[in-house]
Amino acid sequence: MSRRSRPPRLLIVLAVLGAAIFAVPLLGLLARTPWRDLPSLLSSDIVIDALKLSLISSLGATVISAVVGVPLAWLLARVEFPGRRLVRGMVLLPLVLPPVVGGAALLFALGRRGLVGEPLYKATGLVVPFSVWGVILAVTFVSMPFLVITVEGALRNLDARFEGAAATLGATRWTVLRKVTLPMVMPSISSGLVLTWARALGEFGATITFAGNLQGRTQTLPLAVFVALESNRGTAIALSLVMVAVSLTVLVVLRERWWKTW
Amino acid sequence: MLMRRRAVSDAARNIAPTNATMRTATSGHVDDMPRVKQLSAGRPAHCGNIVRCYLPLVKWVRVVWVPAVVMMVTVSCGGSPSEIRVSAAASLTDAFAEVETAFEATHAGVDVVLNFGGSSALREQIIEGAPVDVFASANMSTMESVVAAGEVAVDPRVFARNLLEIAVPPGNPGNVTGLADFSRQDLLIGLCAEGVPCGDFGRQALEKAGVTPSIDSNEPDVRALLTKIELGEFDAGIVYVTDVTAAKGQVEGIEIPASDNVVATYPIAVLASAPNPDAAGVFVEFVLSDTGKAILSRYGFAAP
Repeated sequence: MSRRSRPPRLLIVLAVLGAAIFAVPLLGLLARTPWRDLPSLLSSDIVIDALKLSLISSLGATVISAVVGVPLAWLLARVEFPGRRLVRGMVLLPLVLPPVVGGAALLFALGRRGLVGEPLYKATGLVVPFSVWGVILAVTFVSMPFLVITVEGALRNLDARFEGAAATLGATRWTVLRKVTLPMVMPSISSGLVLTWARALGEFGATITFAGNLQGRTQTLPLAVFVALESNRGTAIALSLVMVAVSLTVLVVLRERWWKTW
Repeated sequence: MLMRRRAVSDAARNIAPTNATMRTATSGHVDDMPRVKQLSAGRPAHCGNIVRCYLPLVKWVRVVWVPAVVMMVTVSCGGSPSEIRVSAAASLTDAFAEVETAFEATHAGVDVVLNFGGSSALREQIIEGAPVDVFASANMSTMESVVAAGEVAVDPRVFARNLLEIAVPPGNPGNVTGLADFSRQDLLIGLCAEGVPCGDFGRQALEKAGVTPSIDSNEPDVRALLTKIELGEFDAGIVYVTDVTAAKGQVEGIEIPASDNVVATYPIAVLASAPNPDAAGVFVEFVLSDTGKAILSRYGFAAP
């Protein structure tokens, strides 16, 4: 037992190095923060507009992901159909694709001259890019895979006998889904949603490519940081601090609450 | 000692089959797996032999060392003394690509590495210590702030001039005729972001023309803006004359009258912290030479 309390030194050194990769940039940010000007920087229009838009778009993406992502995960985990592997690969693609590529692809598809966007524009006059809807769509594209991958994994590992038992007791398929399946994978859904939200909050590349960059309409926190970094560094740092604080709080608090049950 | 080692290897052998049987037994019930895995991966309770104790770690290292070696070799190949790193404004993309080819053809063994971006983004990289030899900016003020930060070795020299032009998609779907159309709400208008030279110049031109633009997006650099005009996603944007030339028919240009136009001045300088200052100086001379000027004028730049 005494050996267990003395972990191998080499591992500790490597682990500390690993932690430093995350800690040092944060310290760098804090070291450059103009603390005295922070209140006035944080109350500037740019910061408030960006914060509002980031909350709207990240929560919007989370809601959309919950509504269509969970069924998609269920489909991938439970239904055999030709091309399932391809669909799964496609769903997970945004995890590895540079977000800028995703944004460009969205533009080619849903832009005014795009595959779907052109008929849509001609029929309804609706322009998806350069609008809040464009931001939500871009952000959903990049962040939803986190939910799908988490929930699909949980559904695959679920013991099918529970659902079978419920069915033998006369539950309809819908009841089984509602009363057995969903409650059992709920911890995964919750943590998947948190990951999705966190990724959505930090999305940059797809947003600026597809939705453009306009304060109050499509300029989310990461975009505002990027632009401010080149013109007003104080604002950029204030914005970065807001992002770090919001994300860290949510990740720490929610992790305590949900991941434990995993 | 010998006895002891045997005991350990027996223990190891015992763990292995158990693990295997549990794997097969619980297949389909993967929720049991992590605990089993932890047992076998952790340090065995009666572990005397240091090599055996760390065997999992050694195996893990073997997975890591191949990519590590590949990475180190690649990294150490970069940054050789014959490399010149040039950070250049996005509007120079095509012209400098040809300058690079011409320079490398006459200076054997020298590799020019080009890094294009909005001048202001490049400035931030330089001020934050990026290893860059040469900086070519699309305006004087960005270069001046690099000079003010003490990052420039020799005084910047102007190597080209540029003018603004309105760019519209082929066919001009928004029927744009001049800067006045930039206030139309029904059009999708893109400009470069404020702080980026083309963004500042574009706003100056609009101000001269007395137009308050109805902007739909502030793009990070002029090429990002140009691409979205090419795609037809914006009805109009303000770019450089040279960008319209570079787009080769993918956009249409609409001239901005001289009274509203703004002249962009391009300075170039060797940086104080240049890893390769001598070669960098040669490159700057090349850009300023007749050969360099000829290439730049082919892309629509005016002489300094």
